[in-house]
Amino acid sequence: MLLKLILRNALRHQLRTTLTVVGLVVAVLAYGLLQTVIEAWYAGAQAASNARLITRNAISLVFPLPVSYEARIRGVEGVATVARSSWFVGIYQDPRKFFAQFAVSDNYLDLYPEFVLREAERQAWQRDRKGCLVGRQLADLYGFKVGDVLPLRGTIFPGTWEFVVRGIFDGSDSSKITRHMLFHWDYLNETLRKTAKPRMDQVGIYIVGIAHPESAPAIARAIDSTFRNSLAETLTETEQAFQLGFIAMSNEIIAAIRIVSYVVILIIMAVMANTMAMSARERTAEYATLKTLGFTPRYVAVLIVGESLAICAVGGALALLATPLAAELFKHFAGTYFPVFKVSTLTFWLQAACAVAVAVAAAVVPALRASRVRIVEGLRAIG
Amino acid sequence: MASTEAMSPIVEIRNVTKAYRRGGQIVPVLTDITLDIHAGEFTALMGPSGSGKSTLLNLIAGIDRPDAGELRVDGLDVTALGETELADWRASHIGFIFQFYNLMPVLTAFENVELPLMLTPLSRAERRERVELTLAMVGLTDRQEHYPSELSGGQQQRVAIARAIVSDPTLIMADEPTGDLDRVSAGDVLGFMRRLNDEVGKTIIMVTHDAQAAKMARRILHLEKGVLTNGER
Repeated sequence: MLLKLILRNALRHQLRTTLTVVGLVVAVLAYGLLQTVIEAWYAGAQAASNARLITRNAISLVFPLPVSYEARIRGVEGVATVARSSWFVGIYQDPRKFFAQFAVSDNYLDLYPEFVLREAERQAWQRDRKGCLVGRQLADLYGFKVGDVLPLRGTIFPGTWEFVVRGIFDGSDSSKITRHMLFHWDYLNETLRKTAKPRMDQVGIYIVGIAHPESAPAIARAIDSTFRNSLAETLTETEQAFQLGFIAMSNEIIAAIRIVSYVVILIIMAVMANTMAMSARERTAEYATLKTLGFTPRYVAVLIVGESLAICAVGGALALLATPLAAELFKHFAGTYFPVFKVSTLTFWLQAACAVAVAVAAAVVPALRASRVRIVEGLRAIG
Repeated sequence: MASTEAMSPIVEIRNVTKAYRRGGQIVPVLTDITLDIHAGEFTALMGPSGSGKSTLLNLIAGIDRPDAGELRVDGLDVTALGETELADWRASHIGFIFQFYNLMPVLTAFENVELPLMLTPLSRAERRERVELTLAMVGLTDRQEHYPSELSGGQQQRVAIARAIVSDPTLIMADEPTGDLDRVSAGDVLGFMRRLNDEVGKTIIMVTHDAQAAKMARRILHLEKGVLTNGER
């Protein structure tokens, strides 16, 4: 009977309930999408390995380091491998078709076992100075195939650059971002030797492979002390810290997104609270009648909280079902900005928790009020 | 009707006083009420508006509390009960009939009558049997799946009566039970209440300001300005 009363009361004002459910779907869906945006922002950092360190110029990432540092870093105790990487901001056809490009040393992929490349393609790439490798996601996005010429208009390194796709690497699992392109650092350096000699023999960052991740802090300190008081002091940190440092540049945006996601939930909480307050006020005489029959104030409170939970359960469930579809649409329209845009299990749980929190918070005051109203006063009430 | 004088009263009210606070002022509603009602009586409480008759009914039904005095029902001091105990007591001892029926609009006639039985340990089958029997008593067998909005005022009040008697309470309290009914329906409802008293021996206390309705009762008490007058029949 309790469940019957809850469900029938919830459906009593169908228009009001429908509009509230629609509001809930929109709010919980928006919360889920905004959470996914935040997670997408952190996707790179989450995928970072603790067996890799990044050494960069201590002043700023925009200042390079001399190529001569490579041998000295390799000499630091605990360092297993060192690879070069320089950020190359080239435009493919249209600035909106943005993807990351890195000029890397040939041993770069040895440090990234999460990127899987066929041996034949690796050898083909190593043989071709102008060869490049593209990630599977990037290849799928623009239809790149092995053998295609990939032209880029340089920005940091001016001129038109032409590369030949020699291989397509895959992620070891679906969470790995493969929406970037790699080409030979030597090709970049040789070109600079001809076109911009002062900029040659410079490296954006060094990726340092270490055998024992637990020694990372000591190795980082050792590398940085090697270059202390030099013209280009270094800052060495774990790959995750390095990625988080990148994300920190967008901290205000992320904070704004987070605030908006909470505001959306607060707004729907207010809407839901209004719905429940109106419903409870209209039924004051009915609750008083139930109490007259012998039902306890707690039973009345459960009726109201139950109705709120029922409405939020429907709204929350519809939102949970709609979120993956909406995420796909969002990903489609967001283009290349979010290589990984997948609704996580945590986000689903957070969405469900939001729906329950909205239900309980919206019902608390009306439930307390209805349970405390004296029967004689309740019976006098006109709905 | 057998003499009630020799039997101990089912309702004992001694020096009961009740006042309400309105805008900082204390307005006395009942003053020093002393009254006995015996089992099997059909009592009408009459009086003008504001005389305190509904308040007295509410006190006996345990849905309001007196400011002073004693109130015993079936030997139990109901003023000493806590909220939850009082709710349990009402569930098993009081059947209440309201002027405006107070049925749950989202429940069918059957479900409305079944409501008080939800507070009993009866099985689903036992509840069904009782509800069907009670609805048959008030002549609504063919309306049991109808919602209150699909019933006339007289039919709704009969559902309310069925709800009041289905758990076989000690007292049936009726607050202006015919106040919202046409004369024919009012006659039906009063006739049924009288039969309940005559044939089943139910103790009924009814508040009314309708002299015709009061005539159906065996005992009429008059209240004026919160005081029982000696106009008892």
